[in-house]
Amino acid sequence: MQELMKNRAIELLSAGEVDRVVGWKKGEFAYDCTPAIFTDANDLRDNFVYDDFTAPNLSKYLVAECKKGGKMAVFLKPCDTYSFNQLQKEHRIKRELIHVIGIECNGKADVDKIKARGVDGITGITSEGANFVVETIYGNETMPKYEVMAERCLTCKSKKHMVYDELIGETGDVNPDCGRFDMVAKLEAMTPDERFAFWRGELSRCIRCNACRNVCPACTCEQCVFDNPNSGIQQKVAVTSFEENMFHIIRAYHVAGRCTDCGECSRVCPQSIPLHLLNRKFIKDMNELYGEYQAGEDTTSRAPLTNYNMDDCEPSIVHERGGKA
Amino acid sequence: MQVNNEFRPTIVAFCCNWCSYAGADLAGTNRATYPADVKIIRVPCSCRVNPMFILRAFQRGADGVILCGCHPGDCHYTSGNYYARRRMTMLFSMLDYLGIERERTRVEWVSAAEGAKFAATMNEFVETVTKLGENKRLEDLRCKN
Repeated sequence: MQELMKNRAIELLSAGEVDRVVGWKKGEFAYDCTPAIFTDANDLRDNFVYDDFTAPNLSKYLVAECKKGGKMAVFLKPCDTYSFNQLQKEHRIKRELIHVIGIECNGKADVDKIKARGVDGITGITSEGANFVVETIYGNETMPKYEVMAERCLTCKSKKHMVYDELIGETGDVNPDCGRFDMVAKLEAMTPDERFAFWRGELSRCIRCNACRNVCPACTCEQCVFDNPNSGIQQKVAVTSFEENMFHIIRAYHVAGRCTDCGECSRVCPQSIPLHLLNRKFIKDMNELYGEYQAGEDTTSRAPLTNYNMDDCEPSIVHERGGKA
Repeated sequence: MQVNNEFRPTIVAFCCNWCSYAGADLAGTNRATYPADVKIIRVPCSCRVNPMFILRAFQRGADGVILCGCHPGDCHYTSGNYYARRRMTMLFSMLDYLGIERERTRVEWVSAAEGAKFAATMNEFVETVTKLGENKRLEDLRCKN
């Protein structure tokens, strides 16, 4: 897979069809691959990487790249293609500049889960059927995929590419029974006191590093509300529980209806806060109240919060709906 | 001197300029009474209310927040209240999800002719929030005196 991708990228670069390739390169460790822009075929040959650790969604990097002009090629996993469509819908990227290479994805490994099993000195990873083989300096370790896969991949909503110019590997199907709302439903069934305790436990760990905002493909405002010097919450750690709650409510709210549920926010959180549960709550609510909607499925439909029906439910539905009071 | 320690809530009511604010006016001219705990903030339209406004109100010491606008279909700007309706439904649902008492937030449609409804709504809302007590879950200690 990696070789196929690498060769194709080198081919495109040397034929002059594109100026640069957006892909991944190895970081300091084998498991912290970072997004990278390649302009040189030799650089690509030496440093390009694609394995079960290359989780970052590359769509957002196209926003900055498009401003520079010139043609580029990008590798997109199925879930990244949703973000791509969403960015195109919002006119943040220029479709004509981008050559999209859809790539097959069978779920990425979560390095924290691997390390939690006591595996150390990781130097690489390969897939073998239902197992990951993790290479370490002490030898190979085999472990079942479902135990160490990232949470978002265990509940993968779709293996189908929403957009591509060419494919490497196979495109799969949308999976409506992925169970991604199970945890949200579980929380909804709790009492408000239990919910409050749960979220206090999670959100009080927030260090306001803004990683969730910076990585989010939907958060592409030039000027973010959280950078406003008059807001009193600019670029600083939350002082009270109120600020923690507010940051997370507003962050999730700002991407409501535009969040494609790619799960990057939870992946990058250094405190392992399950931020996707906030986004999924909005998605679940909108699906239930305003009809099924998947952001990034196409580039033309109107998002639920930029639309309305005369006979929408009243906000009091929140009081009437199930869930304990 | 006797000190009255009875809890009185602080209620913030966002009222749209065209219907509910006039409705509140009518409640006044009709001598309909509602508690002085209700602080009215006039907004040009119910959809002017950003979710942040609601959170800010709680931060600065509100115990309940109510948004009043024109009845659906009667918006001065044709569709503002339809958008507000969806936005507030989403926000209230999220607050409920975080474990904040759902009775502290409300949306009510009050037209300029419904002075009596305005007073009745406020009476009822103040009573509900008084029962709930002080807002503890969305408070900012720095804003307390």
